[in-house]
Order: sequence, then C-alpha cells, then structure tokens
Amino acid sequence: MEKILFIAHTEQDGTLPAAARETLAAALDLVNKISGSTLTVGLIGQDIKAAADSIATCGATSFLAVSGADFATSRYSSDAAAVEALAKKAEATIVLAPTTSRFSRAIPGAVQRLKGRIETHISGMDVVDGTIQVQRWYYRQRMVATQTRVQRPWFLLIDGGVFPAWNGTAAAANVEAVTIQSGADFSRTTVLGVQSASENSQTIRPDADILFVAGAGWNKKQSDGQLHTQEAESLILGFLANSNSSLGSTKSLVDQSHEGEAVLSFMSHLNQVGQTGSTPRHQKGLATCCHGEEPHAVGWRFINERRAINLDANCGWAQGKADVLYIADSFKVMQKVNQLLAEK
Amino acid sequence: MTGGFHIVVCGSIVPDPLQTLAPMEGPTGPSLKNEMMLPAVLDPWAGHALYEAAHLAKSVPGSKVWLVSLGPKAKLQQLMMTIAQKVSFELVVLDGPAGGFTDPCEVAAALAGAIEAIPGLDRSRLLLFGGCASASRDAGVTMQMVGEQLGINDQFLGIDELKVKPDGSFTVLERVEGGQYQSSSCVGAPAVLAWATGNLTEPPNNPQIGMMNMRTIMPALQKAQPAPVGASGVTYLNVDLPKQQRETRIVKDMSVDDIAQEIVTWIKS
Repeated sequence: MEKILFIAHTEQDGTLPAAARETLAAALDLVNKISGSTLTVGLIGQDIKAAADSIATCGATSFLAVSGADFATSRYSSDAAAVEALAKKAEATIVLAPTTSRFSRAIPGAVQRLKGRIETHISGMDVVDGTIQVQRWYYRQRMVATQTRVQRPWFLLIDGGVFPAWNGTAAAANVEAVTIQSGADFSRTTVLGVQSASENSQTIRPDADILFVAGAGWNKKQSDGQLHTQEAESLILGFLANSNSSLGSTKSLVDQSHEGEAVLSFMSHLNQVGQTGSTPRHQKGLATCCHGEEPHAVGWRFINERRAINLDANCGWAQGKADVLYIADSFKVMQKVNQLLAEK
Repeated sequence: MTGGFHIVVCGSIVPDPLQTLAPMEGPTGPSLKNEMMLPAVLDPWAGHALYEAAHLAKSVPGSKVWLVSLGPKAKLQQLMMTIAQKVSFELVVLDGPAGGFTDPCEVAAALAGAIEAIPGLDRSRLLLFGGCASASRDAGVTMQMVGEQLGINDQFLGIDELKVKPDGSFTVLERVEGGQYQSSSCVGAPAVLAWATGNLTEPPNNPQIGMMNMRTIMPALQKAQPAPVGASGVTYLNVDLPKQQRETRIVKDMSVDDIAQEIVTWIKS
C-alpha cells in the first residue's frame, strides 16, 4: 500500500499547466494498479480554488493546498517549504509532480529535508507484482533504464508528453489549507518577472507540432562565395510564421555568436538541441544545414517523424537517424516551401 | 561588498560526447563499457559554471574559486592537464565513481561533506556553483541537495546570466518554459547557482595559469579522500541502448520544387 501525493503548482492565471494534468493521470494509474493505495492532491499557488475545482472529480481522497501571496511566484525558498509541508501533511510515500522549471528547482531540496529520494525526467512507469518501476534516460538520452527503489518518500518528476492529460469534469473541491511552519525567510529572493530570451521574436514553442532545426550551414558561405545571413534569417522566420513551428539549433550555430561570426539575431543557447541543449517533444522534426552528428541527434530522441535537408548524402542523418534525407540546398528548398505554405 | 565571494564549483568528468557509449552490468550495478578507457571531458554545464566563477572572481576583489570534483583520481588528473590551464582555482578531490548510475543523494552528501571541510571557507560569502544537470545522470537535483545540506535557502537553476552589484546583491536570469527567462534578485551570498550555458566562451589555454594551478592540484590529488558513492536501495532492472534504427530514404535526384511540395504535404498531413 502506498500513500500517493500528486502535487502541482498553478500558472499565473490560477489554472493548472498541461503537464500537471498529465501527471495527475499517471498518479491515478498508479492508484488503480496498487491495491489499497490512496491519492491526495496537493496544490501550491496564490489562489488555488480554480485549479482545485478543475480536478475535483479526479477521485482523490483529499485536497491539500499551500496558498497565498508568498506562493504566487516560482522561488526556491517558498516552493521547497510548500512541498515539504504538503508531503508531511499527506504522510506521502510516493510523490508525483510534473517536470516544470519551478518544481525542478524546488523539489530536490524538499526531498533532502524529508530524507527521501528522487527520480527526475520519468519517461515511463508501470507496476509489476506490486512494485513501481520507472523508466528514465541516462547520458543525455543515449541509454534508457528501468529501475525501482525501496526508499520512501520517493519523489517522481514526470516529463511532459509521456501520459495523456486527465480530462474530467470540474466541481467544487473541498480543500484543506496547510500552513508553513518553517519560518524561513522568503524575502531574500524577489522574482522580478519573466522575459523573452530573444528581443526579436519568440521562436521556442513547446506546443508546436513541428520542430525546425537550423544548423551551422545557414551561416556559411554559399555557392557564390558569399554569406547570406539576412536571407537565412528571412527564410527561417518565414517558415516559423507559416508553419507555427518551434525553432531549434545545433550547438555549432549558437556558438558562432560567441566567436565573432555573423549570426542569426534571434538565435540563443535556449534554442540549442542535443547533448548540451534540450530534448524537446514534437510530432515532427525538420533539420536543415545540419549534419546530424550523434551529440546533436540525441536531442531528437522524442521527435517521432524526422526529415532532413543536407548537401552531404553521407551525413549523420543518413545513418538511420532520419526517415527521409533530401540532398539539396536548404536555401532553395525553404524558399519554395515558404512560398507553398503562404499560398495555401 | 567587503572581502569578495568564496565560490565553490561542483563539477566532474563525463565521457567525451563524441564517444560511443554502451552499458554493461558491473559488480555494483550498471556502468559503461570500458568506462576507464573512454576519453573524458569536464561536464559541459559544470564547465560553464567554472568559467563564470573565474570571471566573477576576477571582477570582485578578494574572491576565490574552489573546484570540488568527485571522480576517479586518475581520470581527474588527466582532465586537470587541460582545465588547469584555463582558469585559476584550488582543487578538492573526492576519489570515487563519476558515472551516471550513482544516486544523486549520495553524491550530494559526499560533496557537501567535502565543502564543509574546506579550510578557510567563509560560508556567509559562499556562492555554490555547478551545472544545472550533468551529462551523465542528467537528474538536475544534486546542486539543490548540496545547497540544502549546507543550509542555503536561496537557489537558482538553469542560469544564463548573473549580474552582481557593488553591495554583493545580484540578479539572475534562469531558464523557464517556452524559451523564456525568469529574472530574480537576491540580497546576496550564500546562494546556489546552477548554471546552464552562461554567456562566456571557453577560455584559451594559458600555461602560466596551468603552472600556478598545478602547485596545488598535485597535492590535492594525492590527498584525495575516498568517496565510495553508489545507489543503495536502487535496483536497475535493465539498461539498454535505444534500438530504433530508422530506414532512411535518401532522396538525391528530386527537383527543388518536388522536394518542397513533398515537405509541405508532410507538414500538413
């Protein structure tokens, strides 16, 4: 028997993030598979009523919340204290939470206080003979492990896109307020706000169907011996606008901004995909002017359909990493693609 | 601020990203095939943290940088041949496994113990630096656990920018969802700052810095404390390489117009 606690924080508008509903579905799945287990919901935010009501019919035995102005923003000291208080109140043995930047920062500290253990980036979960088994990747998506552990409380941070989101009806939830006893000083850190990484445009769209990846070739001399950086910018931004894609980059392209070369003005390290960048989840991915080397391609682990445009027929994409590799000039192809997308 | 910062950077080795990795079952659990033979590099995000630490130490007089590394002593010694030429630091070595299949909780306990034992470290001036996640375990939890054990209640994760004011207070930009940054201010040390890429390039090798560092690095390696961290309580049921190998269709002789049309059809499907 496990006492399962699902915790989530609200967004600025008081709703739950999509990743939280997915994690709730995972928690309900665990409750169903572990005989005698119970589910408690724990919420954190300035005002959690709308969030609690939206999942009131999920089947949880109780709803707990830490709320108030101190918990409106994403800050380690207040969030860690809230998570600690919720886990203690629920006497949780298993805690499930979505992988968000807020929880990724705060939960490990709470785990340390509770003398628990934690697994992050969970990409699969099952119960076998009453034992919870989780799946996660190691060495930046280069090998995958299935594992379990005996220590409790055991915190599991579930990656987005792994489970279908819970989608039940709303009702009025009966929420018990949990107060923080720690007396920690939350005022040392002040959250000033959120800002875009690029001054020009917002190019990272986690909810997009398509990931468009630009490689260093966009910034190299073309067949006429000249750089075409302005044209590259226009083609890439045009495609993002026409297809509502998210923009990724290779490390070599974003590194050029530090090496004094001409750069794409909207590109930052946040766009970087791969071993030292992100591993986004999208249905489709299109790589352009990029060689598909292993350190980059590991960032494509969760891209289902992959196509690439490259001038080299022997590049990494040809080695079983892409579904289709077009041997062509990306400048010419993307110009035509943009034209076709704009027409329709 | 008076006296500068005491900056402790946690960072160790990972296999060179260009190496082919394969898991194998070892006596204490999973490990990498030929792990001790694989060329190693400083964990990339920890490397960025080290360069940012050195840059900060230069700009705030009286500051000092320590690098606390948990890894096989022989491999760390090899790594120091390159890293020690880049920035000035004092090394603290814990001789133990650096692989991904160790428990971050055990690693954090070992690191926190080593930091507490650093002679002359002023914890009120401590900025604890490290990578936001390793390229091996990639859990992204170790720095917060170390900070918690050291009683540090101001922590930041995924930092790309740190701006320190003359009074020691600072602002940070942390990576958050959707390619955005959260901007926060903090009244000052002690704090945990787990770095993403930062804004600095890798410093060029400087043999003079290397010679200066080596005076303290070799004794530190000799004094390395054993840190037999593992993953007690964890059972790895299997560790596999992803098996999916795609049947790549290589399109060589199609016109630009036809390729574009095929891509648009695929996008809209």
